[in-house]
Parts: sequence; structure tokens; C-alpha cells
Amino acid sequence: MLYNEPSPLETKVLTRRFGMERSAAIETYLATDGYRAFQKAAGMTPDEVINEVKASNLRGRGGAGFPTGMKWSFVPRTSPKPKYIVVNGDEGEPGTCKDRLLIESDPHQLIEGVLIAGLAVDAHKGWIYIRGEYRYLIDIMDRAIAEAYAGGWLGKNIQGTGFDFDLYTHTGAGSYECGEESALLESLEGKRGVPRIRPPFPAVAGAFQSPTVLNNVETFCAAPSIILNGGAAFAALGIPKAGGTKMTCLSGHINKPGVYELRLGFPVKQMIEEVGGGIRNGKKLKAFIPGGSSCPVLTAAECEGATMDYDSMAQRKTMLGSGGVIVMDEDTCMVKACMRLMKFYAHESCGWCIPCREGTTWLNKIMTRVHAGGGTEADIGLLGDIAKNMLGRTFCPLGDAAAMPMISFVEKFRQEFEDHLHGRPCPFEHSGVGVTA
Amino acid sequence: MTFSPQLEARFAKLLESYPAGRERAAMIPMLLYAQDELGAVTDELVAEVARRVGVTPLQVNEVVSYYTMLHRQPRGKYHVQVCTNISCLLRDGDQLLEHTCKKLGIGNHGVTEDGEFSVEEVECMGACSWAPAIQINYDFHHDVTPEKLDRLLDGLRKKR
Ligand SMILES: Cc1cc2nc3c(=O)[nH]c(=O)nc-3n(C[C@H](O)[C@H](O)[C@H](O)COP(=O)(O)O)c2cc1C
Ligand code: SF4
Ligand code: FES
Repeated sequence: MLYNEPSPLETKVLTRRFGMERSAAIETYLATDGYRAFQKAAGMTPDEVINEVKASNLRGRGGAGFPTGMKWSFVPRTSPKPKYIVVNGDEGEPGTCKDRLLIESDPHQLIEGVLIAGLAVDAHKGWIYIRGEYRYLIDIMDRAIAEAYAGGWLGKNIQGTGFDFDLYTHTGAGSYECGEESALLESLEGKRGVPRIRPPFPAVAGAFQSPTVLNNVETFCAAPSIILNGGAAFAALGIPKAGGTKMTCLSGHINKPGVYELRLGFPVKQMIEEVGGGIRNGKKLKAFIPGGSSCPVLTAAECEGATMDYDSMAQRKTMLGSGGVIVMDEDTCMVKACMRLMKFYAHESCGWCIPCREGTTWLNKIMTRVHAGGGTEADIGLLGDIAKNMLGRTFCPLGDAAAMPMISFVEKFRQEFEDHLHGRPCPFEHSGVGVTA
Repeated sequence: MTFSPQLEARFAKLLESYPAGRERAAMIPMLLYAQDELGAVTDELVAEVARRVGVTPLQVNEVVSYYTMLHRQPRGKYHVQVCTNISCLLRDGDQLLEHTCKKLGIGNHGVTEDGEFSVEEVECMGACSWAPAIQINYDFHHDVTPEKLDRLLDGLRKKR
């Protein structure tokens, strides 16, 4: 099922089966080059597979953008321990709703991606961790896995290649923090989602203390095309240093919200105007979050000349993140938007380390009173101070994920914070659009 | 404790899905799938899951208290989860939450007297591009307006 009309400006690689009749069925997959990449990879050496992924310039699509080929090469293949593959399908970053579609419309592409990773690092078992709210996707994935076993694409001696692989689904139960890789591994092992100290990284000691490749759903889904058409072809879709396409989720005040597969380096302006159909109700753009709520916000002026890729966003001191693009029009109350984000991080902090547990709690409390008009001048300074003191001082990146947007909202929209002080009502209260009241 | 044959089959499969000696890994899926059948995580369920995966009930409780989807108290037959996080907020998700509460005559986290409905304000549920979004039990509903919500809830009321 399609949730939004595709755009002619898309580059359909991972989504090319979207909208086909019975796109999730194995027959559809096999009829459209499905599992041919696995067969090709089975004839390659592990190093050749990894080199192809390196050549593709694929970078992790879960948020951090780490080069995937390099990550796979860190797995010590001579380790006597079994090696595992873990798929991160927790998809909890506000603004992000893409992995859901990849699983729903093309689950076999994900299975094939996992098999390719298995060949690359000599792993024979894997788990797809799916957030608990996505129960229907667990059913879809279980069905696809059963089809793959029945068709000889999972299990023992797959298609006579001598390669064995077992794959399972595993459900989460409501926790944003469990998207963080080491918390996810704890959750997989039946524990609270409290992250692990690193090193050792998952590549060395991951699931059940064994060497583990852990990637985002979208990252694995790119592997079949990379192997089938070559890493260079995938790289050429994007720009130097960032290959391929990115699943981009447009949300907020935009005419055509939806998930679109765009080549890396796609101009932000064109994305908003042409792919997304421009800002709703003929309004002007005020602000833009490029990759999920943890990324610093950009002003409309900062979007000038920006492109959707890692470097362009880094130059603007923000991140491409998970591809969750959140668009805010001129009537948006930035204080309210920021307040809601701080409430989220306070709720999701796992409580393990003090700077994050206390920091997110206080940011939430102060934002609530500032928004309500009960704040003081000093509060604005305090928000920045607390956030800056969290940066780099927390056990896992969730602390930074709260602090970075906080700092950016105060720095870039300070006037709006001041306008809320001394009992003054929200200036956007009567605009009637979006984040009011 | 006795569970449905389907759930027992699911448990059996889960216990085989992890490396030998790592049965504890099955705990969270077992709790969530069992909760769907029982309506809540009861003391009895905690003890049973603890026994099956080879940990103490305390170790199960510690996990239950961490995850927002696991709950010790029963919820309504239809659990209405309204997202008010950023993308939904920008499309009036907070007003939708207010509307839902008013319509059902209960507050956030409340359960109607007849046990039919409950409401929960939730964080991003992965439906941001089709905001505002709600989930009723596991079913997603996208681009929800107050009118659409009324129709949905009225339809469920009639069903009983
Ligand atoms: C708080 C937090 C939440 C995260 N949530 C997710 C998530 O939902 N999905 C995801 O793939 N990665 C998430 N990540 C990133 C993962 O830790 C990890 O970097 C990623 O899954 C690695 O895969 P990749 O290299 O393919 O991106 C999260 C990180 C943090 C700090
Ligand atoms: S930064 Fe936050 S989420 Fe991460 S370990 Fe510390 S308290 Fe937990
Ligand atoms: S913000 Fe509501 S579904 Fe993502």
C-alpha cells in the first residue's frame, strides 16, 4: 500500500517495488531480480563483498552516517565466536517513518540485504528488531521469512551455496532509547534498554557478546542493489563521499507530506518546493529540521543553497540524521515546538547517567514555564547553560540529541523566547495554523 | 498458567530463536504477546515468564517497568494512542488529544467506566508524514481530523 503519491523527482532504487501489486510477496520479488544479488555475492569472497559496499560510499541511514563497508570490515572474521547480524527497525526518531515502508512494501529486500551482510562477515544468524508499535510489520516480516525458508532462501545450504542462515524477528516494547545500538542489544537480550560502555563496539562484542553487524533497515536494504549493479553505480547516484539515495520523510507544514527516495545531495529548496509542493496555505518557511528531532534546527535563510547530504548539513552545524525532514511555517511558535521536543527527551531518557537524566528533566521544566509565560530572562540563559553542560558528558548520545536542538532553538529564535517572558501570551496564539495556543 | 495454543506455539518458537542458554532474550516478546491476550501484565504472568526463561520475577519486573508498552493495569478494550510529538503537533495533534479526551470523558491515561476505551498521549509512532496520527490498539489511522476520530470511535462503540 502507498501512503503518498510518488514524486517524479525521486530516484527509485530501494523503493522501486513500491506500489507493485503484492509487492511484499516472494514471487514478486523473484520476478524483479530478487535474490540475484545474494547469488552473485555467494560467488564472491567476503572481502570482495565488503569492498563493493565500500565503493558504494554507503553511509549508515540510522542517523550517525558511519560508512557501512568500514563497519562491516571491523568484524574479526577469525574470531571463534559465532557472528550475528542485527537489524535496527526501532524507528523512533521523531519525524522518521521510512523503515516502516521498506518493511511493509519490500520485506524480501531486507532479508536479502541481511544475507549479503552475513556472507560478508561469516554470520549465520540474525534478528530484525522491530519497535513494538509496529506489530503489523512483525506479521509481514514473519510471513516473508517463512516464504524465504520455504523457497530455500533461508535455512541450511541456501540454494546449494553451502551458506546457512537463520533469521528471526524480535519485538521492542516502547522505548526510544532502544534505537541506540547498545541499548538495542540489551533489549534484545531481555533487559532494560540501558546502553553499554564502548569500546568494545558491537563489531567486536555485540549481541550475546559476539561480533555483530548492526545497521539500520534502510542501510541493509541498499545492499542488494549495490551488489547487483556494483558499488560504483550506487555511488554515482549521490555525490562524492555520500553515495546513493536517502529515504526522506517530509512532514509538518508542507503541501505534500510523504516519504520520497531522493538522491543524496538533493537541493533543500527544490525538495520543499517541488517534491513537497511548497509550504501549506501559501505561507513562508520559518524553520527546517533536516533529519529527525535530534538535529539542530535551521532557519529559512540557512536553507539557502543547502543540499540534503552529510557535508552540506555539517557545514551548517546540523546533521542529515535519519532523513526525517520537519518543515515549519512562519506561524509556528518555536518555543512550543522546542518545549514538545524537550518533553520527549525527558520522557525517553533511560535515567542511567546524571547529566542526561537531570538535564532533560530541567530543560523540560524550564521550557514548560517559559512557554506558559512564567519564565524570566535568566531562564533563557539557563536553558543554554544546561544544554551546553550536557554536550559530550553523557553516557550515550541521547543527551546530545536533546542538548543540540535546545541550543539551536535558543540561539536562532531567541526573540521568540523573550516574547514569552513576563506573563506575555504566546504571540502565535491567534494565527490559527499549526503550533499555536 | 494456560495460554492459547497460538501463543504457546509462539513461545516455543521464541525460545528457539536465541543462542542456547540465552532464553532470557525471549522475555520481552513473551510479555508483550501475552499481555495482548490477558489485557495486562499480571503477577501470575510475571512469575510464569520468569520460570520459562529462567530468571527471577524481580528481573522480569525490572524490565516491565522500563518499557512503556508493558502495563500492569488493564487498559480499555480499545486503547486510543494519540501522538503529539513534533510532526503531529505541527498538524494539531495536541488538539486531537484534547478532543479525544473530551469525547470519551476521560483524561490522559484514563479508562472509561465501561472499560471500553482508554486514552494515552504517545511519542512519535512512525507516522509523521501522515500526521496527525493515532493508533487504536495496533491499528494505525492517519491524517486524523476530529470528525474522523468521532466516526472511528462511534463505529467501535456500535460494534459491541
Ligand atoms: C537515542 C538514539 C536513538 C536511536 N534510534 C535509532 C533508530 O530508531 N533506528 C536506527 O536505525 N538507529 C537509531 N540510532 C542510531 C543507532 O545507535 C546506530 O547508530 C544505527 O542503528 C547504526 O546503523 P547504521 O550505521 O546503518 O545507521 C539511535 C541512536 C540514538 C543515540
Ligand atoms: S545519555 Fe540519557 S539515555 Fe543515554 S545513558 Fe545517559 S541517561 Fe540513559
Ligand atoms: S511525530 Fe507523530 S507519528 Fe511521528
